[in-house]
Amino acid sequence: MSWFGRLTEGLSKSTKKLANNITGLATGTLPLDEERLDAIEEGLIAADLGPRVAARIRERLADQKYAKGIDDDGVRAVVADEVAQILAPVARPLAIIRKPQVILVVGVNGSGKTTTIAKLARLFKADGKQVMLAAGDTFRAAAIAQLKIWADRVGVPIVAGDQGGDAASLAFDAVKRAMDEGIDVLIIDTAGRLQNKTGLMDELAKVKRVIGKLDPAAPHDVLLVLDATTGQNALNQIEVFGQVAGVTGLVMTKLDGSARGGMLVAAAEKFGLPIHAIGVGEGMDDLQPFTPQDFAAALVGTA
Amino acid sequence: MFDSLSERLGGIFDRLRGRGALTEIDVRAAMREVRVALLEADVALPVVKDFIEAATQRAIGAEVIKSVTPGQQVVKIVNDCLVELLSGGEDVPPLKINVTPPAVIMMVGLQGSGKTTSTAKLASWLGTRERKKVLMASLDVARPAAQEQLRVLGEQTEIATLPIIPGQTPVQIAERARQSARLQGFDVVLLDTAGRLGVDEALMAEMAAIAGATNPDEILLVVDSLTGQDAVNVAAAFKARVALTGVILTRMDGDARGGAALSMRSVTGTPIRFAGTGEKLDALEAFDANRVAGRILGMGDIVGLVEKAAANFEAEQAEKMAEKLAKGQFDMDDLRQQLGQMKKMGGLSGLAAMMPGMGAAKKAMDSGAINPKLLDRMEAIILSMTAKERAKPEILTAKRKIRIANGSGTTVQDVNKVLKMHQEMANAMKRLKKMGGIKGMMKMLSGMGGAPGPEGGAPGGDPGGAIDMGALGRMFGRPGMGNLPPGFNKFGRK
Repeated sequence: MSWFGRLTEGLSKSTKKLANNITGLATGTLPLDEERLDAIEEGLIAADLGPRVAARIRERLADQKYAKGIDDDGVRAVVADEVAQILAPVARPLAIIRKPQVILVVGVNGSGKTTTIAKLARLFKADGKQVMLAAGDTFRAAAIAQLKIWADRVGVPIVAGDQGGDAASLAFDAVKRAMDEGIDVLIIDTAGRLQNKTGLMDELAKVKRVIGKLDPAAPHDVLLVLDATTGQNALNQIEVFGQVAGVTGLVMTKLDGSARGGMLVAAAEKFGLPIHAIGVGEGMDDLQPFTPQDFAAALVGTA
Repeated sequence: MFDSLSERLGGIFDRLRGRGALTEIDVRAAMREVRVALLEADVALPVVKDFIEAATQRAIGAEVIKSVTPGQQVVKIVNDCLVELLSGGEDVPPLKINVTPPAVIMMVGLQGSGKTTSTAKLASWLGTRERKKVLMASLDVARPAAQEQLRVLGEQTEIATLPIIPGQTPVQIAERARQSARLQGFDVVLLDTAGRLGVDEALMAEMAAIAGATNPDEILLVVDSLTGQDAVNVAAAFKARVALTGVILTRMDGDARGGAALSMRSVTGTPIRFAGTGEKLDALEAFDANRVAGRILGMGDIVGLVEKAAANFEAEQAEKMAEKLAKGQFDMDDLRQQLGQMKKMGGLSGLAAMMPGMGAAKKAMDSGAINPKLLDRMEAIILSMTAKERAKPEILTAKRKIRIANGSGTTVQDVNKVLKMHQEMANAMKRLKKMGGIKGMMKMLSGMGGAPGPEGGAPGGDPGGAIDMGALGRMFGRPGMGNLPPGFNKFGRK
């Protein structure tokens, strides 16, 4: 099944609700009155766009004149268009242009970093690249074992130490090995951490600093993994991880559930960071490129 | 972003000052702000709508108590409604663990919500607090190494885990766990299940099958407090398939406003039992509706602060302090007393967290930018001074400072910092006196919270407590100090 199929399947229940919200009030061609605008705004809020962004989109719609009226499908298309326009500039796939290209993966606990890494590795490997993983989550019990199992399944080498070890020195070793062994892509896992824990964030900054010792340009990418079920706190996450680790791009996971990940829209407006990919399942192949039109369509329910 | 809902409402109600009862128009205007505040705190939209309607009905016609602004009155009503809803009103029944052993507790939730960690924390809590013999079993055959993770956590918490047998289905493992628990005399068996999405029909059916096979006494839904609008969908999806009996809210140590708590409580109709508050395996607390209500509204727990302070403060000390304050005196012994009070009130972070508008300071402390051990170090410095030095810090010469530094195991710089802090506090006290003294402070303080007692004083009625609160309120609320108490900013790491 295509990712879009999965996405729409997963979203079908909740999009129905949103679609109802946006259009359930009117049948036929009617003016876009306050009541319908209210319904649109609420639909957007329910998709996690946040009250502020939702209000702005509502205003933009109100500014446009639909004197002749607009039917349900028209409204949905217009809203999807607004959302897609906001997202268009940030849809950029992750390009592999260095050797070795070092990718550091960061995020709060449980956002799906380890699984995302496995999926990325699979993707790059299928692309003919030499991929290596580094088990940098030395904190969580069995995190190393989890990534080892993934490395096995994908068929790529892994650099791992012991639980409780120093994540920075492990990252350093991994970069060195990747250089020595002519690896194309090195993906480094990190322990999940809440962005308001300064001690843990300092540790992350150190990991990044140490990686830069072997290659000043490394890490070339710092991916922040966001959970689609997260609400407005995702914006805090982007801001703080951005400051500490210099996030260069986003990956959103768990879009196969009922959450619609609307805060990506708010994030695109506020930070303009590239959105590289989205996760739509637990399998190795469930990572897909981010397409604004499709995402917007699924969000609004035109799909 | 706004920090305090009461601040925001202040503007709307400025023109209304002095009127009697809250009119419908005024209330609806205020509720629009409350609505945005709740949505920004990630309370789910349908829940917000119901809640606003209920709170509006209650607020219309409510008398505005003297000495309180209408905005504060509305916040108070909203806060009361929130607390009521979050706590469930009636007394929450205890966990059903005293049944014929083994009691079965099943943990369910989305991927990454924190089920496995919460399982270990709950097991540890049951073991140490309730003196139960607990067995943990991971039924997660989906995520690689999930069973291994629980085994390691079991070793760390010294809680038994069910031996892993590869190839078994979740239902088989669950049945084996119950069987083993019964035969080996365990009181409670905790079943940690795989994370699943509400829309994943196969996994939801599997969850229902596990519940059907083991007939759990408690089924706890584990929810990430960072969750957004999806909380209602999650709660409804899980509730539809198993008989939920409670909720555990994880990552409450994050900086999310935690609106998911309200959504969960409303949709599941079950009590929120625990809050996960840290990475360590003892970081599990009973859910506190008051605290979370304040956090959702972003106005701090002023009531809690006042009550806690009143309970802690010895009246005698308070009287002495009041006298000194009245004279505008504040010596090193007073500073030490203040530090002692701070420690009693749960340390810096505990106190700061309860002050409205103290988000920044709280964050700094939580994150370790300010070390709570600081209080101990400062106390050591003061204790290394002679009585004379404490009463008259201005006699401290370089030689004396070196002696104090050596005596307290610190440096002269540290000693200077304490002196500087004392100086700033003493100045603050003097200004306090100028500003109309203690009564003025009490008013200001109660005004900040929007939830004052009838006359704007401390509910405890302890004037000593109120005095101290005033002083602290002044210290913490002082502008231009980067939101930290005077002098504390110098102890920051940068």
